[in-house]
This record gives sequence, C-alpha cells and structure tokens, in this order.
Amino acid sequence: MKLVTAVIKPFKLDDVKNALEAYGINGLTVSEASGYGRQRGHTEVYRGAEYTVDLVPKVRVEVLVDDDDAESVVDVIIKSAQTGRIGDGKVWMIPVDSVARVRTGERGHDAL
Amino acid sequence: MPEIPEISAGDTAWVLVATALVLLMTPGLAFFYGGMVRMKSVLNMMMMSFGAMGLVAILWVLYGYSMAFGNDVGYGLLGSPTEFFGLAGITADSISGAIPTFVFVMFQAMFAIITVALISGAIADRTKFGAWMVFAGIWATVVYFPVAHWVFAFDSDGVTGGWIANNLGAIDFAGGTAVHINAGAAGLALALVLGKRIGFGKTPFRPHNLPFVMLGAGLLWFGWFGFNAGSALAANGTAAVAFLNTVVATAASMLAWLLVEKIRDGHATSLGAASGVVAGLVAITPACAAVNIVGAIAIGVAAGVLCAMAVGLKYKLGYDDSLDVVGVHLVGGIVGTLLIGFFATDAYIADSKLGLFYGGGAELLGKQAIAAGSVLAFSFVVTAIIAFGIEKTMGFRISSEDEQAGVDVRTHAETAYEFNDAAYGGSFTKGSGSSVNVTAPEKEGAPA
Repeated sequence: MKLVTAVIKPFKLDDVKNALEAYGINGLTVSEASGYGRQRGHTEVYRGAEYTVDLVPKVRVEVLVDDDDAESVVDVIIKSAQTGRIGDGKVWMIPVDSVARVRTGERGHDAL
Repeated sequence: MPEIPEISAGDTAWVLVATALVLLMTPGLAFFYGGMVRMKSVLNMMMMSFGAMGLVAILWVLYGYSMAFGNDVGYGLLGSPTEFFGLAGITADSISGAIPTFVFVMFQAMFAIITVALISGAIADRTKFGAWMVFAGIWATVVYFPVAHWVFAFDSDGVTGGWIANNLGAIDFAGGTAVHINAGAAGLALALVLGKRIGFGKTPFRPHNLPFVMLGAGLLWFGWFGFNAGSALAANGTAAVAFLNTVVATAASMLAWLLVEKIRDGHATSLGAASGVVAGLVAITPACAAVNIVGAIAIGVAAGVLCAMAVGLKYKLGYDDSLDVVGVHLVGGIVGTLLIGFFATDAYIADSKLGLFYGGGAELLGKQAIAAGSVLAFSFVVTAIIAFGIEKTMGFRISSEDEQAGVDVRTHAETAYEFNDAAYGGSFTKGSGSSVNVTAPEKEGAPA
C-alpha cells in the first residue's frame, strides 16, 4: 500500500475531492497547512510597514491506496489541482507497511 | 439680583447621553487596540482599557474631580484636592451651567478614563498588568487631573479655573491638549522607558483581527459625538457645530490617509481607514467649535496626511510605540490644536476668536502653540519620571520568556481564542464555586 500526500492550493480542494471520488477513492484526510516552495510568500502592508509573509496557506490531502492505484491517484490529483501557475503544490507517495480499520480490526487491503 | 440657575431638561438629557457615549469610547478603544496586537496579547491590551475604567472612575470621584474643578490653589495649576473630596457638598440640587453638577462630574470622569486608556497602545505585548494599574493611578493623579484643570476649568462666579483656559486663553474645546497631546506624549515616554518588544523591526507584528480594529474605530467615532458635541454641555447650536465638524473632518482624514497609502504603498488598507478615522477625530477635537467646514476639511486632510506619515517614524527613530499613540494622538492633537490658530472663525458661532486666515493675526496661533507645547513637555517629563520609578521598583515589563509565550496566558492565565477543541484538551483542576462538585484528578507522573 502507499500513502499519497498532496499539498495543494486551498481553493482547489473541492476539485481534487470530486476527482478522487469519481476515481473511486472512498476516504481521505485533509488538514490545513502552510509553507512555501518556489512561489515564496507575499507582501502585506500595515500602516506603511511592509512585511514579507513567507508561509502561504495550503491544504494537505492524504490518501491511502493500493499499490496498483497509486500512480493513477497521483495523476488524478495533478490533473484536478493544476492551474499552471506557480504555487500549485506537490504530490508524493511513500510505502505503508500496514493499515488497520479501527472499527473492525480488518487489515491491509480490506481496511482501505 | 443674580439670576437663579435652573436645570434645563433638554441640556441634561443630552449631556447624560453624551456621557454614556464617551464611556463607550473606551471599550471601543479596547477593540481598536485589541485587534491590532497579536493573538497572544489581545486580552492584556483590552484589559488595560478596562482597568482604567475601573480605577480612574473611583479616583475621579474621590479627589480627581476636586483637583480638576475645585477652586484654583495658585497660578491656575491645580484645583483644590480637598474642596470636593469624595464629592463633598455636591447634591442632586447642585447645578453647573444648566445641568446637575453630578452630570458634569460624570461627563468629565469619562474623559479622564479614556485619556489614561489611550496611553496603553504604546506599550502593547510587554506590560505587567499590576504595574499598568499603578501607573494609571499615579498618572491620572499627577498628570491628567492637573492638566484637565489647566484646560477645562473656566473661571466662574467666585471660582478660579486653570491657566490655559483663562490666563492664556487658548482654544481647546474638547481636549486636543488635555486628552490627546497629553496621552500621546505620555505614550512616547512610556515606549522609551519600557523599550522595544522582542523582534521589533525584524519580525512582523501583524494585527490579528482587523475587523476588531474597524469595529473599534466605528465605536470611537460614534462615541466621539458625545465627546465633542457633548462638550458644549448643552443641547444647542454649539453642540450642532461640534457635531457637524466631527463628521466632516473625520471623513476628510480617512480619505486623506487612504490616498497617502495608495500613492505610497500601492494599496488602500482597512487599517489605514480605521487609523484615518481616529486621526481625524483627534485633530478636530480641540477645533470642533472653532472652525467652519472649510477649516474642518483642512484639519482632517492635514491630520490624515501627517499622521499617515508620522506612524513610520518609530522605525526610523527606533522607539516601539506599538500602536502609534504618538503618530496618531500626539501628532493629530498637535495638528488640530495648531490649525485652530489659522482656521478659527466666527462664521458659525458669533463672537468667536479669529485665526490667521480670518483676520485674527498670529496671536491665537501663538497661544495655541504655548498650550500644545506646555502640555506636551509636562506630560512627557512627568510620565518618564513615573515610569522610571515603577520600572526600578516593581518592574514595568514582563520577562522576555513571558513576552515570547504571550502576555495573555502568563499575566492573566487566559487565552483569547479556542480554535481547535482537540488541541486544547485538559482537565478541571480547581474551582471556587460551591455549587460545582468536582474532584480534581491527581496530576499523573509530573516530569522530574
């Protein structure tokens, strides 16, 4: 199994969620995040004092998937989160040793 | 036979309402300031205003009113502290002008409260609450009460008032000197004695809640009608002129501040709008019954432009006047007080003094400058002495560890906001209420 993690622009969350649902993904975890990449931050001005705000608000989406689905899920996320402008985010996957469903105790593929 | 004074129901009703309006300015100020600080300091910021409401109200009825409006003890410098000690001798039948004396006492009490509260903006994020309360009491006693006497106590039958109001004859209708220059100069002294916040000029101190700031500015503008138009102490034409100018100058100042921002920084900001409103209100305060709408617009524009420039000075000169008490109240107060010397006119109120532009020569301008300069110098010097005294004895500033952790949680044992229930788990450990019967769990395995 793989854990696919995507850090995306917050306003693309609905698109990504819908696309994953259409692909057949049954569950995901979303959390608010902040960070920067090549995009860097933005400038804010308060009473003439200019601040460079490094960390930009992002959303982190995490999905547990079967090995066979992993590459396609990454593609689905890329397609649905893409605007083509700087700051679209990143997607990565890492191997997962085991997954259990808390309610039933099922393991592995059945727990997804 | 002298006319027997009578209470005017209309005047009394208006000044009662105006008094309540001025009281509302202080919670308004608490929101205005509270929104501008970081999330970890908002409660302490607001508490400094509320603390002033409690303490100064009591001191005022004990001896403050007497020090400000008792018979002069010499040279127009101070009213007798004992004459009306504990409001002695004043009853429901006592009359000041055409309103009950108790109404006048309360109206002026609100001015004392807000003046003290205004200072707190200079020392955000880093002040011991206890030290602030001690400072507030001493400052009200040795700075505000005397200065209120100088400016607001007019000579009347057998009673001698203060030197600025009577001997000098400068115009300060509602407190450009006594309130704003006074608080602004005190803020500068405090900021210098307490020193900069950790990270000043390096890390961003972003306002944590700009809608609070806008709400506060709105409440201040609303309450300021009581402050300015109420200072007529009557429901009459003078009150109407003050009301009119309080709208016109404030509107002009807000637009001017936004224009400066748009040209200088590229964006018109909400903080700029709120700040422009307050700068305009400050500047028109002394002038609101002395000018016509041309003067009001000129004063508003001057205040908006000059204050918008002045708030940047602290970074160049290196003093941490956190929320710009100097840039807005000191500068705005000076702008309004001095421009009276140019724009004072009898266009609306007959037999008024005339400024330079209306054929009055430079005499009034000179008097205005003396009034502004005296209050500034007195307040700055005495505040610095008080602040040093507190810093050397009980300490004025919280520890740097507390400052980084946040003054709210360290000084008041509270946090303003709970965003995330899960991240804020805990258990009830002690209560003082008798109806709640909870056994506090033993603390488990406290780290050695």
